[in-house]
Amino acid sequence: MSNRFPRARTAIAGHATYGVGEAPGHSSMELTARAGLLALDDAGLTLGDVDALYICQPADFFAGLSFAEYLGIRPRYTDNNRTGGSAFMSHLASAALALEAGYIDCALIAYGSNQRTNGGKLATKISNNQWDEPYRPRFPLTGYAMAAARHMHQYGTTREDMANVALSARAWAKTNPEAFARGPLTMEDCLSARMISTPISRADCCLVTDGAAAIVVTRMDRAKDLAKPPVPVLGAAAAAWWNSVSQAEDLTVTGASESGARAMAMAGVTPDQIDTAQLYDAFTINTILFLEDLGFCPKGEGGRFVSSGAIAPGGSLPVNTNGGGLSYCHPGMYGLFAIGEAVRQIRGEAANQIGDVNLALAHGNGGTLSSQATVILGSMATV
Amino acid sequence: MPEPGTLGPEAYWRAALAEGRFLLQRTGDGRAVFPPRIAAPGSGSDALEWIEASGMGTVYSLSWVQQRPPEPPYNVVLVDLDEGARLMSRVEGAQPDTLRIGQRVSAYIGTDGDAPILLFRTAEDSA
Repeated sequence: MSNRFPRARTAIAGHATYGVGEAPGHSSMELTARAGLLALDDAGLTLGDVDALYICQPADFFAGLSFAEYLGIRPRYTDNNRTGGSAFMSHLASAALALEAGYIDCALIAYGSNQRTNGGKLATKISNNQWDEPYRPRFPLTGYAMAAARHMHQYGTTREDMANVALSARAWAKTNPEAFARGPLTMEDCLSARMISTPISRADCCLVTDGAAAIVVTRMDRAKDLAKPPVPVLGAAAAAWWNSVSQAEDLTVTGASESGARAMAMAGVTPDQIDTAQLYDAFTINTILFLEDLGFCPKGEGGRFVSSGAIAPGGSLPVNTNGGGLSYCHPGMYGLFAIGEAVRQIRGEAANQIGDVNLALAHGNGGTLSSQATVILGSMATV
Repeated sequence: MPEPGTLGPEAYWRAALAEGRFLLQRTGDGRAVFPPRIAAPGSGSDALEWIEASGMGTVYSLSWVQQRPPEPPYNVVLVDLDEGARLMSRVEGAQPDTLRIGQRVSAYIGTDGDAPILLFRTAEDSA
């Protein structure tokens, strides 16, 4: 199977977040546009340089059109990929290919939502399919709960292991001023949290916040002359394995095992070389599944891996160093924030900077473990 | 009951369910398919035949969805049918402390409002 990618031929030249946590009185488009303009400033570029837009919003199915209209630009290419929270990793893959081909010159990838101050509920209009809906699984939570239940059954993973994912995330968030949830959290808090859909309790769920993020991507030759050190895109791959969890062949193995392996092959790296991983943690079980599927520990060992302290501050593999979707922010879709934290770590700009980072992995998840997409970013030393 | 082919597979499956029959499709190589499709997943082959499901299966995974008290939690299960397909359903009459992954279950057709719905009981309950 062909697996060609223009390794390090494109780079993230600009990055910004805006309104992370609570941004009362702002619409989703206002937050998104501000993040986009800040990312362009960060790169030393202007709106007039942008000729391709990549966006996916929770409630606006024509977000690509709305965004172009709002910014007042006429993109040569607009990508409105709707593979859920992994869409942004797919955006980066297709933007890199279009840039390398000379089809576009400057891609703006953006996301934003006001879903906390605008009602506090997940704003997605997506729900169960017609086969699942009569049984009233809570969408998307019960799908993840059934993956967790199966993982516990097959591998002996415990609620304590899942809680250790939340505790690790909180430990990182405590020293990140931008993180929304920085308060104390104990194992006892996690285990006594209100059960929602067994075995997932409130403590296993990501936050509901506001927030926006954006990145600007150009070819490497141009990125080298811009305001910030380029963050080369070394590999990017997506895998779509199912929509409903009912159709998963093995609910303890996700498409991350494909997207991660392909992205790392493109980048020419192995899991042991990755300095930090930013994983889409919509629920605590996600982190466990992705650590296994991406090759950071053997299948079935994810629970014990996180309970060993490996992903927490001081651990062998710093994961979600901003606090993740569990404690940093989760405005409906988190994918672009995972990429953003990888960019910050490589640039040396992260709140919890972990030293010299040469290789960072950002992994996105969409639907109910349905769509998986992985990107590998590097420092200029990896080019 | 309409002839197969006069309706799409989804409508045909629902028409059969309304008549008290639980149907599955089977591919040329003997694999059961659910939900019903116009072609076999993976191969695109349209050599799909309708079969009567045995109704027997095994719980692959489950979750108890909590409700505001005094409403009791209800379960959502994934069932591996003996024929090979997997589907989402509910095991009626089961309790949180006894329903287990790996438990044998058997299908029956109940009602959800006015609509027929495929449900399961634990195999011991139906024996």
